[in-house]
Amino acid sequence: MSDRSQLISTGESFAFDAERDAEFERLVVRYPIRESMIMPALWMAQEQAGWISAEAIEYIADRIGTFPAKVLELATFYTMYQLKPVGRYHICVCRTLSCWLRGKQDIVDYLADEIGIKPGEMTEDGKFSFEEVECLGHCGTAPVVQINGEFHEEMDLKKFKALLATLT
Amino acid sequence: MKKIELVIDGQSVSVAPGTTVLEAARMVGIYIPTLCHDPHLEPYGACRLCIVRIDGMRGLPTSCTTPVQQNMSVVTEDEEITRVRRGIVELALADHPSDCLTCVKSDECELRRVASYLGVEKKSLEHLHKRTHVADLDTSNPAFDFDRNKCVLCGICVRVCKEMVGLGAIDLCGRGYETRVSTFAGKQWSDTICQSCGECVEHCPTGALTPKRAVIPQREVKTLCPFCGVGCSIYAGVRGNRIVRVRGDRDNPVSMGGLCVKGRFGYDFVNHPDRLTTPLIRKEGVPRSAGLAQNVSVEDIFSPADWDEALSVAAAGLEEILDAEGADALAVLSSAKCTNEDNYLIQKFARAALHTNNVDHCARLCHASTVAAAIESFGDGAMSNSVSDIAEAEAIFIIGSNTTECHPIIARRLKQNIRRNGARLIVADPRRTELAGIAEKHLSHRPGTDVALLNAMMNWIVECGLHDHRFIDERCEGFTPFLENLKEYDPDRAALITGVRADDIREAAELFARAASAVIIYGMGITQHTTGVDNVKSVANLLMLTGNMGRKGTGFSPLRGQNNVQGACDMGALPTVYPGYQRIDDPEVRARFTTAWGIGLNDRNGLALTDMITAADRGTLHGMYIIGENPLMSEPHLEHTRTAITKLRFLAVQDIFPTETALLADVILPATCFAETTGTFTNTERRIQMVRRALNPPGSARPDWHIISDLSCRLGYPMSYPDSSAIMDEIARLTPIYGGISHRRLQRPDGLQWPCWDSRHPGTPRLHEHRFTRGRGKFYAVSYKPPAEIPSTDFPLMLTTGRVLEHFHTGSMSRRSRVLESLKPQGHLDMCGEDARIIGVQADEFILVSSPRGKITVKVRIDNNVPRGTVFMAFHWKESPANVLTNSAVDPVARIPEYKVSSVLVTKAAHVPPQAEKTIH
Ligand code: SF4
Ligand code: SF4
Ligand code: FES
Ligand code: FES
Repeated sequence: MSDRSQLISTGESFAFDAERDAEFERLVVRYPIRESMIMPALWMAQEQAGWISAEAIEYIADRIGTFPAKVLELATFYTMYQLKPVGRYHICVCRTLSCWLRGKQDIVDYLADEIGIKPGEMTEDGKFSFEEVECLGHCGTAPVVQINGEFHEEMDLKKFKALLATLT
Repeated sequence: MKKIELVIDGQSVSVAPGTTVLEAARMVGIYIPTLCHDPHLEPYGACRLCIVRIDGMRGLPTSCTTPVQQNMSVVTEDEEITRVRRGIVELALADHPSDCLTCVKSDECELRRVASYLGVEKKSLEHLHKRTHVADLDTSNPAFDFDRNKCVLCGICVRVCKEMVGLGAIDLCGRGYETRVSTFAGKQWSDTICQSCGECVEHCPTGALTPKRAVIPQREVKTLCPFCGVGCSIYAGVRGNRIVRVRGDRDNPVSMGGLCVKGRFGYDFVNHPDRLTTPLIRKEGVPRSAGLAQNVSVEDIFSPADWDEALSVAAAGLEEILDAEGADALAVLSSAKCTNEDNYLIQKFARAALHTNNVDHCARLCHASTVAAAIESFGDGAMSNSVSDIAEAEAIFIIGSNTTECHPIIARRLKQNIRRNGARLIVADPRRTELAGIAEKHLSHRPGTDVALLNAMMNWIVECGLHDHRFIDERCEGFTPFLENLKEYDPDRAALITGVRADDIREAAELFARAASAVIIYGMGITQHTTGVDNVKSVANLLMLTGNMGRKGTGFSPLRGQNNVQGACDMGALPTVYPGYQRIDDPEVRARFTTAWGIGLNDRNGLALTDMITAADRGTLHGMYIIGENPLMSEPHLEHTRTAITKLRFLAVQDIFPTETALLADVILPATCFAETTGTFTNTERRIQMVRRALNPPGSARPDWHIISDLSCRLGYPMSYPDSSAIMDEIARLTPIYGGISHRRLQRPDGLQWPCWDSRHPGTPRLHEHRFTRGRGKFYAVSYKPPAEIPSTDFPLMLTTGRVLEHFHTGSMSRRSRVLESLKPQGHLDMCGEDARIIGVQADEFILVSSPRGKITVKVRIDNNVPRGTVFMAFHWKESPANVLTNSAVDPVARIPEYKVSSVLVTKAAHVPPQAEKTIH
């Protein structure tokens, strides 16, 4: 895992768009402790911009009324939060035991050799980015690949290649 | 409350409900090893070292997070517990650099302590995987270093910054083996919002966070921080003749162990090579004005002398004027940095030896309006409540105080109240200060429109019927004319004057009035105006209107600036009162002092500091004796002050450094600083506490009271005291509010709050509890008056001045501290991006700031917390003295200058000033 405490700054201020702004206000009242809203808010920021910048974290902290470092703590703990730009298709390959035993490495190697991206990298055209993640909770149907949040189970190299071919 | 009984290791223990098992064990002297526990923080349960066995509970619960229960039976140590604990510590040690012998934490390391307690063996460590990666040190902060390799991830630093400091500059980031303490965005420590208070450093159990140049002291002396009026008690760690480390005093009711960056790291000024170590006499033929030149050195102007010579010059200079021009041609400036004993003696010297009431000090420049107005409204000119009331109030209204920077420890207590109890905060300040940023309501009113704002809030409170009828009827007077006057200030009209939306005024008013208990905190934003007295009276009106006086969690809280400015006022270093605010125009009082001091006393009120300067300029004041004050930096309209002081026939300065003012003197007398003297300071909440001598004075420097006694003897009014405690006894005899104060009684950790009438009186944490000191609280009808100077086409911006966290006043101390000076070496003018764009200046560019009174060149800083049309400057830097620009117009009653509003023009600087060589020690 790379050093996730380093954030990238876009140099431009961040704010939720109108729809997410309303969503934020709708959700925040549900939590007796406002800080509980940090995780949904991070998620919304990621949905909006594709990834979470330093400015987005500061914005969320300000909106919730907490310290930016507190938001950073959560953002860096959960690998589902992207702290740098990702491709149009973000591929997560599970690297935990079951998936490892059932051949996740073929997929990882394929990505490195044929597509040209190692964990944490993105293709030059910005189409694919890739990272290895810990157990995705579907060990029974290992190996598991998750692309933009969608699960693809019982993967093997052939199926994986076919899957990529459908992505435009 | 019913106690809870439990048994720990066979011992019966009885403790209050809510106590944790760990606390209960420690109370009866049973040691349980811990790494992540800190008594100042909420339980956390991260290190798992404090595990115990509890009958009926599964597994080994952590004692630090388990509350006691009736009849609990606890075992704190058995074989299994020890084995688990040892395992934890072994893992921590395997990952820890083994340079204990050279680690500055050395004997104070908690990790070493638990390891040796548990008997960790070298052999078992050898099996464990060693650290593979050595992280770089973060040495960016001038006060401390962070060595991540020694961090045990107890999270104490993170929690300290969050829970105690209320800042949240750091947090634990990442997960698993990658977890680390990180600043926001992994930046260098110095590039973050960190305020360098070092609280995290003091609490870190290992060598991960350590002060730079750390050494372990030989001995510790309990004394007081010499900077601001909060009055934090400290333990000064001394080695040789140096203060090498300072830690907070956890028994102190004000700070509860906390300190800010000045109070923890700002002490090296004490040993600075610039300290005056010998008396100095101006060389023959060198004119007074020589001291005004840039970059002159002390040696160019002065030659060293012995005490005998120097005191003779001082006595002769004063006597000559006394004989030729009369007593009132002389004036004495006392010092809010000196002890009560010093101040008492200084005003006694002025009144008894020089026969003049021309004695004043810098309170004239900060809270003269408070003293004048609050005496009229309530009968006492001081903060009515204690800091603990701020920590317990349901609502807090701050107006004109940047509390985080100027009174950092009070700001912390206030933030803790918000965090723990959900207290509600309203801030009225033209700038969006840190507290304004977290407030529920921020009213950004135009500088100088406080009366309009406060009146409008009160207008709305009355309109809604939210005022406290009973309190007003039973405890106050003057309500009808006051009410009549309020009618003119409906929020809509006030909105036009103040620039604050009418609805914001209404909401703030309701929020304040609906709270069951509320305090008002204010600072120089209220007092430093030509309407300073009016402003303070309006604050008093609002408190009485809502019945927020004399109860827990309520009160009138002017925050005093200097460490002993309250005491200097109490001691009568003021032109119209003797010690304890006893008026000199009261013949009975005067008679009492005449008898006590054995000499006839002058019955004419003396000159206020600001008037002394004018008198010097007009040639009616001929000689001044200035102690620990630096009017050549602190007075408004400095050019005028410089001319005036240069005209004096005689000037003596008694100080610890060759200040801008000292350079103009005929004779300079070297005094001791707080670390070399014993006496008392009175903090902002009237708490009198002991200052204790920790070091020997440099060279031949002497305590202020000692110098004054010697000089007084030479002038034919003998004074002789064996030590400062004898002076306090005399103070107690003559000052009813200090009647029960003695050094012996002040040995207790919390000092005593005045009034303390006699030797058995416990002191008074809260004034005006059942009746106001003056009987009934008095409402005043106050009308809004605009500031003396308003922006014009020639000077279109409004300048407001203040302080920054890292420096203190004229900088003579803080700018001689390595840490403080490294943090803020240079002044700047703050303006918002929009104004900067219009003027066409960029961040960090040098600009020329001019006012009708002068010009200075300074860097500009873009700060969007400053509203449009307003600019802000702090006044600490002699390279860019803000007071060259400020207006010397004064409040008609309190004679306090309007530092907070003057008009300026900002243009690009034609040339960049040559910066003086910087040497930071
Ligand atoms: S730096 Fe010190 S206080 Fe902070 S987590 Fe590490 S060991 Fe604990
Ligand atoms: S020095 Fe003070 S402000 Fe800075 S991180 Fe430590 S506790 Fe927080
Ligand atoms: S191991 Fe891959 S999903 Fe659990
Ligand atoms: S002290 Fe209890 S878990 Fe650390």
